[in-house]
Amino acid sequence: MIEVVVTDLCTGCGACVQACPSNVFAMPDAGGAAVIARQDDCQTCFLCELHCPVDALYVAPDCDTVLGVTEAEARASGHLGRFKLLSGWGANPEQYPDAHWRMASVFERAFAMAGVKRP
Amino acid sequence: MLSLQADVLVIGGGLAGAWAAVGAARAGARVVLAEKGYCGTSGVTATAGPGHWWVPPDPPELRARAIADRMARGGFLGEPDWMARILDLTWRTLPTLAGFYDFPKDDAGITQYRALRGPEYMRAMRRLVTSLGVRILDHSPALELVVADDGAVCGARGFARQAHEDWQVAAPAVVLATGGCAFASRLLGSGNNTGDGLLMAAEVGAAFSGMEFTNAYCIAPAGTTMTRSMAYSFARYFDADGRPLDIPPGPDTTRRLAEALARGPVLCSLEALPEDIRAHLPTIQPNVTVAFERAGIDPFTTRFPVTLRGEGTVRGIGGVRVHGPACEAGVPGLYVAGDVATRELITGAISGGGAQNSAWALSSGLLAGQAAAIHAARHGQVARAARPTGQAGLRPSGAVRPVDLAGARALVAAEMEDIRNMVRRGPVLERSLAELDTAWHDVASHAGGEGGARVRTREIAAMLAAARWSKASALARRETRGMHWRADAPAADAAMQARLTSGGLGSVWTRFETAAHAVAA
Repeated sequence: MIEVVVTDLCTGCGACVQACPSNVFAMPDAGGAAVIARQDDCQTCFLCELHCPVDALYVAPDCDTVLGVTEAEARASGHLGRFKLLSGWGANPEQYPDAHWRMASVFERAFAMAGVKRP
Repeated sequence: MLSLQADVLVIGGGLAGAWAAVGAARAGARVVLAEKGYCGTSGVTATAGPGHWWVPPDPPELRARAIADRMARGGFLGEPDWMARILDLTWRTLPTLAGFYDFPKDDAGITQYRALRGPEYMRAMRRLVTSLGVRILDHSPALELVVADDGAVCGARGFARQAHEDWQVAAPAVVLATGGCAFASRLLGSGNNTGDGLLMAAEVGAAFSGMEFTNAYCIAPAGTTMTRSMAYSFARYFDADGRPLDIPPGPDTTRRLAEALARGPVLCSLEALPEDIRAHLPTIQPNVTVAFERAGIDPFTTRFPVTLRGEGTVRGIGGVRVHGPACEAGVPGLYVAGDVATRELITGAISGGGAQNSAWALSSGLLAGQAAAIHAARHGQVARAARPTGQAGLRPSGAVRPVDLAGARALVAAEMEDIRNMVRRGPVLERSLAELDTAWHDVASHAGGEGGARVRTREIAAMLAAARWSKASALARRETRGMHWRADAPAADAAMQARLTSGGLGSVWTRFETAAHAVAA
């Protein structure tokens, strides 16, 4: 679930408000950082992190419970921007080439190892 | 109210809706695409990585073999002609996304088209759709279809949940592409997949096919949504006391997992995943790696608890019955694309998984979009007399009063996720159907609301309706075929080698089709 917006990183650009498929975020009328307005609606898809240009969002994999991660904990975690980085949407994309095409061969090897026909 | 006119309205901006918009726009139509969330992140493609059904045209035996194999494994409910069309259209179309999607090269330097990473695929689709002049309405869930006095679908109404205003689009052709129904299961990326289009289609008289095939499930680390199964093809499983469980990879994996989970916690180890694949995992499926990292789990050295998430009609098969070669829904002006439509035509009675489903999303999208554009050109502007068709949650049949919507949602999730939906028995299905009927009638008779609250109510009504068609179909198909498994009828019955149609809102009906399509086993 979305845990926290790191407010001193957030530029208030509104990209998360637009990109979140579950309409979780909102921009305060007074301006400033995006807020998590409807946390319960979060579908734990992590996609807001890809669309945040400044890595200010932290999604935890837990979809049932709010952990209560603080801004400081999110910053200290080393996880901010990690999803973007591995996806090649962040710095040095050449170091993180899209290897999704390997998926079929992974399945083939697994089923060959197990000696079964792929279901 | 935002009021627009278009030639073609596409409802849903996931993979199929985006391809439908492309098909319609390339055929010259003015297209509006209304998406509940954001076209680019909404729908189950955006979090996944579809490897399309992908068989080269040469030598021709390859496709002939793939189709024959699929016909047999699918319990002979598929159609070879449809399979051939979809294989061909997918093969020809996907490479045209170059320029919008950066297709990678393999170790031999050959461009790889088949498998795309979800976030990038949907980003590319949004760019392509936008480049064709399609007007996208993000965060604009559709609530109901609108029909002309001759019964033809001629638009839709909805609610723009960020602008907090109603919208309506008048269009002589509508493509429904709202995705499958995940029944609130927390399948990754399925939050918006609540079967809205199934309900809207039923309200204008459409029927369904294959709704009994709703018992696909996918593994995820417990408490998470991360239903990405690739790494688990190497998984080893243990019970809470550390005893190994006999759950090898293969066609029975999910059933064995479900049976083990019914007995108690199941722990998983990915220690058998080869080193080279471990090294590639972060760039094959970045979200899988990220989820493990944040949970503090090293899956290669630590055993972690797992669960199963229901895939409903997303990876199940059923949906709006397709009436013609351009994905006609059987109601004038209405077309269906992607997972809102039945995929039996190309999958038969077993799940197509990401392969068939993404090929279907692309191809049915293009076909439906193009046909909708042609229909619009022939029929011109919409007649003024138009009637909104929404019932449950919008125009209740009885007095409005508080309804336990959270309870109804929990009922659907439990009925569709529990092992009793995987391994089916007649009396249990009857009880499930009765409970769902009761909840449906309560919602349909009494639930009302304003503004954004209507969206949630309609979602719950749609899930209830889809669950009822599913249970009724599972009850009617008193045999075991493909993924549909009746513990009280464990063999296939040749008399039931036919597709099963269903429908109805107030009362649900099912009917076996005459098996004109059936191929002798």
